[in-house]
Amino acid sequence: MMRAQLRNHDQELFFFQRRLFVAGMLVLLCFALLIGRFFYLQVVRHAHFATLSENNRIDVQPEAPNRGIITDRNGVVLASNYSAYTVEINPQQVPNVEATIEEIAKIVDVSARDRRRFKKLLEEFRAAESLPLKSRLSDEEVARLAANRYRLPGVEIKARPFRQYPFGEVASHVIGYIGRINPAEKVRIEQQGQALEYKGSDYIGKAGIELSYERELHGVAGATDVEVDASRRVIRTLSRKPSIAGNNLQLSLDIRLQKIAEEAFGTKRGAMVAIEPSTGDVLAYVSRPGYDPNLFVDGIDPQSWELLNNSPDKPMLNRPIQGGYPPGSTYKPFMALMAQEMGLRTSAQTFSDPGFFRLGGGYWRDDKAGGHGLVDLPKSIAVSCDTYYYQLATELDVDDWSAFMKQFSFGQKTGLDIQGELPGILPTREWKAKRFPKDPKLHVGDQVSLGIGQGFNTFTPMQVANATAILANRGVAFKPHLVKRIEDSSTRQSRLTQPAPAYTIALKDLHINEVKKGMAGVVTEGTAASVFRGASYTSGGKTGTSQVFGLRGGEYVESQVSERLRDHAWYIVFAPLESPKIAMAVFVENGGFGSKSAAPIARKVLDAFFELQSADAKAQGQKVASAAGGAPVSPQAALGAPR
Amino acid sequence: MIGKIWAKLTDHMDPFLFAAVATITALGLLVLYSAANETMSRVTSQSQKVVVALIVMMFIANLSPQFIARFGVPLYVMGIILLLGVAIGGEVVKGARRWLKIPGIGNIQPSEIMKIALPLILAWYFDRHEGAITWRNFIVAAILIAIPFALIVRQPDLGTALLVGACGFYLLFLAGLDWRIIVFGGVLSVGVFAAAWQFDWLHDYQKERITTVFNPSLDAQDAGWHTIQAAIAIGSGGVLGKGWLNGSQTHLEFLPEKHTDFIFAVYGEEFGLIGCLVLMLLYVLLIARCALISVRATSVFGRLMAGTLTLMFFTYVFVNIGMVTGMLPVVGVPLPFVSFGGTALMTLFIGVGILMSVATHRKLVGS
Repeated sequence: MMRAQLRNHDQELFFFQRRLFVAGMLVLLCFALLIGRFFYLQVVRHAHFATLSENNRIDVQPEAPNRGIITDRNGVVLASNYSAYTVEINPQQVPNVEATIEEIAKIVDVSARDRRRFKKLLEEFRAAESLPLKSRLSDEEVARLAANRYRLPGVEIKARPFRQYPFGEVASHVIGYIGRINPAEKVRIEQQGQALEYKGSDYIGKAGIELSYERELHGVAGATDVEVDASRRVIRTLSRKPSIAGNNLQLSLDIRLQKIAEEAFGTKRGAMVAIEPSTGDVLAYVSRPGYDPNLFVDGIDPQSWELLNNSPDKPMLNRPIQGGYPPGSTYKPFMALMAQEMGLRTSAQTFSDPGFFRLGGGYWRDDKAGGHGLVDLPKSIAVSCDTYYYQLATELDVDDWSAFMKQFSFGQKTGLDIQGELPGILPTREWKAKRFPKDPKLHVGDQVSLGIGQGFNTFTPMQVANATAILANRGVAFKPHLVKRIEDSSTRQSRLTQPAPAYTIALKDLHINEVKKGMAGVVTEGTAASVFRGASYTSGGKTGTSQVFGLRGGEYVESQVSERLRDHAWYIVFAPLESPKIAMAVFVENGGFGSKSAAPIARKVLDAFFELQSADAKAQGQKVASAAGGAPVSPQAALGAPR
Repeated sequence: MIGKIWAKLTDHMDPFLFAAVATITALGLLVLYSAANETMSRVTSQSQKVVVALIVMMFIANLSPQFIARFGVPLYVMGIILLLGVAIGGEVVKGARRWLKIPGIGNIQPSEIMKIALPLILAWYFDRHEGAITWRNFIVAAILIAIPFALIVRQPDLGTALLVGACGFYLLFLAGLDWRIIVFGGVLSVGVFAAAWQFDWLHDYQKERITTVFNPSLDAQDAGWHTIQAAIAIGSGGVLGKGWLNGSQTHLEFLPEKHTDFIFAVYGEEFGLIGCLVLMLLYVLLIARCALISVRATSVFGRLMAGTLTLMFFTYVFVNIGMVTGMLPVVGVPLPFVSFGGTALMTLFIGVGILMSVATHRKLVGS
């Protein structure tokens, strides 16, 4: 009995041990699994988790670079930055945006314009980021908001750099403006591999120089690595890579001249481009009406945008490069030059003008009833004799003709350094066939109109101005440019954008002189003589009128045609006659005859230009004298003369 | 006098088991200091609990296994009553009734009592029927397991219910439950689980916890957050670890529950693979010693009780580390002797006390 029990006991113990052994094996297996897991996490995937851990720990705080400054040729600031406080709402962290705006409105004044602007931003940016509700907060407003911040989750007060255009509307089409980076631009930035440069940047150039020189102006974002805890609170700074400011731009524009030119237009719509022929510097660039670029900086409100966009005056149209018009009689000097170069006319060769021109069944009037009598080449320019050019046009091959004009950038992009330039139309056989498949032939009748700068000819004021500058510079062509110099923000070294001529047109001096003689005649005894009486400088000009209203042989009575259907007025000019300092084209939309509206504007601008020149020369002289005398140079005088 | 008390206290102490437990506990306090961002308050509080638990352990070690066995029935009945009390008037925390507020004592978690009471009553029961165990005894045992299991599932606390259930199963297994029934039961529970999943018997958060194990990034903010941050902590520790007090996941508050259930992630981040292997070795030594105690036990009660406690220790370690390393669902199981918290610590030391009692009262049984 005792033995049996003992055996039973042993058996039970043996049985238990076997079970415990099985369990023990299971334990070891499970622990082996755990050790395998450690190995997987800590050895195999260590690098991955180490990166994740660093990403957890380190927050990169981007630092947007300072945008480059834009100045005029004399160093006057046209676009600069200032820092201001904004109150921003992050729509993702705010359950009810409307209610939050109301809460903020109880603390600081939020205008109806700000609300509309914010709503537009919200729609455009789909709540992806924190968006400004009101900017340029006063210190008191900042203090009040800061005191109430605990009640406003998702609302932030931030110090942000803002762009300022101190001259407002003046030169707005040159400078352009910046605006918030929109989703499409964001994608483009990423595709161009510039995402790092733009980290932390909210703004990008949208028009004008701000757009075309975006790469120079923007700079490179910096970053500060900070250690953060799980609630993203900053514990300490680990490292800092400073941002690199954008490069500064010095424009070729003289803002004083620009202002005078814009004022000279008054309420007229139109365009004007003034170029220094010996450099291609654009001295003034007018597109009237303009707009205030400051409206765009922190997002334009819908009402202002509607107003700008739907105005019949088209203030957003950059007329000098986007408006295409027939050049009218301003084409004649170039026609005259070509006639000589092709050996079709000599200067002295005369032509008897009967006051009309007949060809086949066609009949074209001269602008003077009864004609101009005996006309030689300079006189044909001075009195703007149409018949002289009707006859000439019939003798030309249109393709040779266009090849010659092409050299003067007619119907070509001039390569001006802002975006949106249109090429215009310089008619050729090929163009006619393509444009009018049903009437593919360029008829000799078409050529007659082309000869006086009408018909299919469609050029921009920029092209006409550039052609005038090339003519004034005797065929040595510079690429016209608005930005003269780029100053590197870190090295302070600057370089010219267009240091050398782009190309030279082979022209005979004699031929140029005869054309210039004719253009001088315009001012002294021709179509613009009354406008330029008493000028202190010599100049060579040409009036022009581009037809808006098809006359078909009828009489054009200006007073009877509604204002918007009136002809456009042109005036081209360079001055002085010998070694010209300035060449320009003035275009007045629906201005009627060139001598009546365009030439007076040119006169005002030229007067101002030469007055400024002599004033600057005097100031320069004084400065040299005072520097020689040991007197201190005033900082303003030093600023005013970068060259 | 003091010598006598000391002798009395140490008489029933298993030095090997004590050394293993003490080492792990000391290591735990070290990790806790780091997890508490180098502040002493939690370490002090935990140390006090360790001292109290040690006293309880020594007291229990001094009791004979036969005496301890007598507590089986009353403790079990009390546990059931308290569980019923929870079901009726328990404190609702995060949508579950797990705690019972008892005036004068504080909040207690009756399911914790069951972790000791269930093996105790079962070991006592099988001890009583030593040598004549039939399938009827297993049926009774199964019922004894099923009652608390069901009550805890209803709280709901599936994790604890499974642990208590596992506890009962281990005992039946060691008591010699037929392999065929074990296989059958295994198949059945897989089936029940599948059905529960299919017919939505599980709470959403329970399903979520299970799915996040397999793809933590599915729910990176809530259920997956724990698992992801713990994996980052352990993985970034590498072979050598970031060094004590240098874990960035720990000190920058990325790790949730870093003092309690997820303290192993703190350890893994700061001590690396080497540290993890050392800790595993300590646990293996602890478990091996417990297993040896159960093999050497001279009574059925001692044997079954010690064996079950051994496997319970293992289960806690495995489930906790498995969940922290993302192999198992997130269930509220603390890491034995390391995690901050008094209740679990007390249960563990009571278990160690029982093991010591079994280990040191061997000779007395046979006589």
